Amino acid sequence: MTRLVPTAVLAACFTFMAALSASAQSIDETINSIFASSTGWFVTLIFSNFPGTSFPWIVGWLVVAATVFTVYFGVIQFRAFGHAIALVKGDYSDPDDAGEVSHFQALATALSGTVGLGNIAGVAVAIGIGGPGATFWMILAGLLGMASKFTECTLGVKYRNEYANGTVSGGPMYYLTKGFAERGMPGGRFLAIMFSIFCILGAFGGGNMFQANQAHAQLTNVFGPYPGFITGIIFAGIVFAVIVGGLKSIARVTEKVVPIMGVIYVGTALIIILMNYDMIGWAFGQIFAGAFTGLGVAGGFVGALIQGFRRAAFSNEAGVGSAAIAHSAVRTKEPITEGFVSLLEPLIDTVIVCTMTALVIIITGQLISDPETGLYLLNEAGTAIRTVGDTSGVALTSAAFSSSIGGFKYILALAVILFAFSTMISWSYYGLKAWTYLFGEGKAQELTFKSIFCVFVVIGASASLGPVIDFSDAAIFAMAVVNIIGLYVLMPIVKRELDSYWSRLKSGEIRKFT
Amino acid sequence: MSEKFVVGYDGSDVAKRALDFAVSRAKAQGGSILIVHVLEWSPYSFLTPQELEERHARRTEELERAEKALMSPLKSTIAAAGVPVETQIKYGHVAKTLCDIAKKEGATQMVIGRDGDGGLSSRVFGSVAGSLVQVAPVPCTIVP
Repeated sequence: MTRLVPTAVLAACFTFMAALSASAQSIDETINSIFASSTGWFVTLIFSNFPGTSFPWIVGWLVVAATVFTVYFGVIQFRAFGHAIALVKGDYSDPDDAGEVSHFQALATALSGTVGLGNIAGVAVAIGIGGPGATFWMILAGLLGMASKFTECTLGVKYRNEYANGTVSGGPMYYLTKGFAERGMPGGRFLAIMFSIFCILGAFGGGNMFQANQAHAQLTNVFGPYPGFITGIIFAGIVFAVIVGGLKSIARVTEKVVPIMGVIYVGTALIIILMNYDMIGWAFGQIFAGAFTGLGVAGGFVGALIQGFRRAAFSNEAGVGSAAIAHSAVRTKEPITEGFVSLLEPLIDTVIVCTMTALVIIITGQLISDPETGLYLLNEAGTAIRTVGDTSGVALTSAAFSSSIGGFKYILALAVILFAFSTMISWSYYGLKAWTYLFGEGKAQELTFKSIFCVFVVIGASASLGPVIDFSDAAIFAMAVVNIIGLYVLMPIVKRELDSYWSRLKSGEIRKFT
Repeated sequence: MSEKFVVGYDGSDVAKRALDFAVSRAKAQGGSILIVHVLEWSPYSFLTPQELEERHARRTEELERAEKALMSPLKSTIAAAGVPVETQIKYGHVAKTLCDIAKKEGATQMVIGRDGDGGLSSRVFGSVAGSLVQVAPVPCTIVP
């Protein structure tokens, strides 16, 4: 097994290479059609509408959950905000724990898994289909999502496994089994298995194929068109070197450069917004008007709402359960502290970074509207808003940035590649944790998963955006279905932790070290 | 009050010279030695998920290795010379951690070595000795 898998991957690569000279473009088409036809049923299941409406039940599921947690924990996202910042700064960290995983590090790692192409390309998809109004719903979803993230990350730390060799493993699979057992509820093990299956699919989809797909889209945007599987194979090779070959240097460089790219991205967006400061009021006007009227987009304001919520959930992953895996390694005696820290994740990811992208696209006038009615004009198929260069996804974001700052597309291409890469590394880890939960720990099991993961990089870069984004969303939302059931059952436990910690904080029993 | 010397030690030749210097002074003055080894660490660095998972295990290993390779051999030789000795291994910013320990332990003097190698990195980021000269809470001797 150990030897077979890499050989199979190599053989697959050579087959691709050999076919390269024959007919490069048809390979992409073949991969696309096989992929689209084999995943269609799953996508339909997840995105089916409430009977008699055009509202996908899964979007309602996420919003209702985020609202329930927001109410149940007394608007924790605003109450605990200041304390979350103090925790990240290290004000409450015991100096004797120096050298252990800090709150900052857990948050930074989780963020590098979530800040990715969802923020650059996903937002463009939302605005392109749902219009500026989608931004409003995206921000609202981000704010509500903070409460979901708080709940799942607290549980992630509380029910993590700490092994004798000093390593830790946490995430929904552990809190579903242990937490349900503690509450005397059946079905925890079943949910954990379902979660693991969906998590593996999510790792292949949103954590991998969508990233490879949009990285390739941006590369062709810069260098001109060429077959996607070439990008796929190069990406797969590098990912393989890091996750299988243990090439830590690449991972380490990425981890250092990604935050810098994030700052450059937000900084550039701010500059463009300030350059067009006279348009800011108009842009927010479009966002509010679009949020409640739709301004002519397909599906009206419900269309804007669905796109906003859908892309927000895809971007910040609140309620999905993935972040609970990354956050659970932190060194703390109080699981709830990591919950507070994780609140900041949807805020940074969605409320700040996604909104920047949206504002730049709106302000630079990429969306074409009818000057007389003020409504947006749709493309021929009537599915999306017509844009200046007929672009969508990452190409739309790139066009928006480049229209103000020429040449930014090169920097954006670099940012896209790095974000895509760091998200892939994070998700390969999430997927691996789910995989080893199902199949047991061991080198052979790990290698099998990692090899399949690399194959999906190639598929993702080759397939077209539509099927890839549908499958990616479906897989990630399927994780949320299982995870949120667990969160409902376990939220009284989080409440108990919260009440206990909060009273000790107020009484001064928990104090700052500095 | 007897003298208490905090010595920054990393196993290098200059660190050994600094320690010898401190031991000879402590012996002459009837003082004691506190050897501190600081592992450079920032809580604001970025790690991969895999590194997060293994961090606690790695830290335990690093502490054991430092204790075994650096600290244990020193304890017996210095104690044999008739000077009371303690050791501490800490994570953090080297200069800041040394100062914190000096304050906390009520040290009266600090001794560290310097390598005198004014390389590019120390020009840009400063050196431990250079920082201590500016922020040390007690008299600080720098041994060349």
